[in-house]
Amino acid sequence: MNDYNFAYLDEQTKRMIRRAILKGLAIPGYQVPFASREMPMPYGWGTGGVQVSAAILTPGDTFKVIDQGADDTTNAVSIRKFFERTAGVATTEHTGEATVIQTRHRIPETPLTEDQILVFQVPIPEPLRFLEPRESETRKMHSLEEYGLMHVKLYEDISRHGHIATSYAYPVRVEGRYVMDPSPIPKFDNPKLDRSPAIQLFGAGREQRIYAIPPYTRVVSLDFEDHPFEASKADHPCDLCGAEDSYLDEVIIDDAGNRMFVCSDSDYCASRQAQGHRGRLSPEVA
Amino acid sequence: MHSEALSGGFADPPIQSAQAFRKVMEAMARPGTIHEISGAEPPVPLSQAAGSVLLTLCDGDTPIHLAGGHDTEAIRDWLAFHTGAPLAAASECMFALGRWEALKPLSAYPLGTPEYPDRSATLIVECDELAAEGVELSGPGIEARAALSLPEVAAFRANNALFPLGLDFIFTCGSRLAALPRTTRIHAPEAC
Repeated sequence: MNDYNFAYLDEQTKRMIRRAILKGLAIPGYQVPFASREMPMPYGWGTGGVQVSAAILTPGDTFKVIDQGADDTTNAVSIRKFFERTAGVATTEHTGEATVIQTRHRIPETPLTEDQILVFQVPIPEPLRFLEPRESETRKMHSLEEYGLMHVKLYEDISRHGHIATSYAYPVRVEGRYVMDPSPIPKFDNPKLDRSPAIQLFGAGREQRIYAIPPYTRVVSLDFEDHPFEASKADHPCDLCGAEDSYLDEVIIDDAGNRMFVCSDSDYCASRQAQGHRGRLSPEVA
Repeated sequence: MHSEALSGGFADPPIQSAQAFRKVMEAMARPGTIHEISGAEPPVPLSQAAGSVLLTLCDGDTPIHLAGGHDTEAIRDWLAFHTGAPLAAASECMFALGRWEALKPLSAYPLGTPEYPDRSATLIVECDELAAEGVELSGPGIEARAALSLPEVAAFRANNALFPLGLDFIFTCGSRLAALPRTTRIHAPEAC
């Protein structure tokens, strides 16, 4: 006996979120206001993503949650358990098996397919917020396509550091119209947003905004002709699986300041190790 | 109120509306694709697909405009019982329902505002046929080209030109549906 309505939220709330998702898909990159609900977890733990997931899950789905790429962190485990309990959906840690993937701050390394939906948890959906605190003004700037300020911010990066120092939540332009915050994913992941075969949905619970990128939509990272966008990562191979092409976390491993670099996508790293790939610090095979 | 207004809703609303919404979302995210949707058994001339869309998306917060032959007592009663949605004039609706000829002119519906382009109407257009052929489409959600049997070309082209304002369309025929968001560009043969 399950004492919750399917996927926790009541039907009227789900209808409201579903209408916002449809308008979001019809206006790619535009932030649709929605009446975010209290969820049984604090703001900042992915309440926006959870509400979007609750509105789109069906009993036949296989659900995966990642937190900074990892399936085994507290946040990922609790959200996965939450929907196991309230929606009865199957869950997985394998990117290829999932139909709905909720993510905090990463896009999986394994390319997504048309049969998958990626749900992002977003803390601050407004890319212009740190440049202009007033919502009334940022809304006007979006309506007038007045994005000069964002370019000034990137230019100031260049004049101060010699290159664009913004390394995560790197602003993108969607289908040549709205400038959008891709959530705090590393800029390494930005190219994966472009023309993705999967539907990408973004939910910001505290800020009460939902936005979306339909499949095969042009998503361009902002840059300058003489300072083109570069998807950077730590210049190392993974120390556990040897991958040269994945985004890495830097981990301090002792008091002497020794470090290791490991894939932030735990499923990608584990499947590569299962296939026999080894890195610098891999344990010896028994 | 006739007793048939009481039947024909979802038997298991949380599950059926979740499944129906995924079809609507896939349709809206991938213009030109056709999806089977069912669950509702609404009074004629309302199609199963349109009935299921209304049950999935509409409630007391969403004024509906019924156009032409869909403005019948049976449909009004059915909607009132199953969704509680208020009826409204075209200029104040969030959803409009009817056949293409009855829904026109499109200038009657809210297009959104520059600051809130999401405050625009969604039109549910009942069609006699629905096929992935005819007018060529491109834009977000479409890898290269898609095709859809649209009732006409000029109105959708004009709607696309309004972006980011504009209307969004759901086409229904029997138990099938397709959608056309405002972002879709229309490539018509020269004749149109």
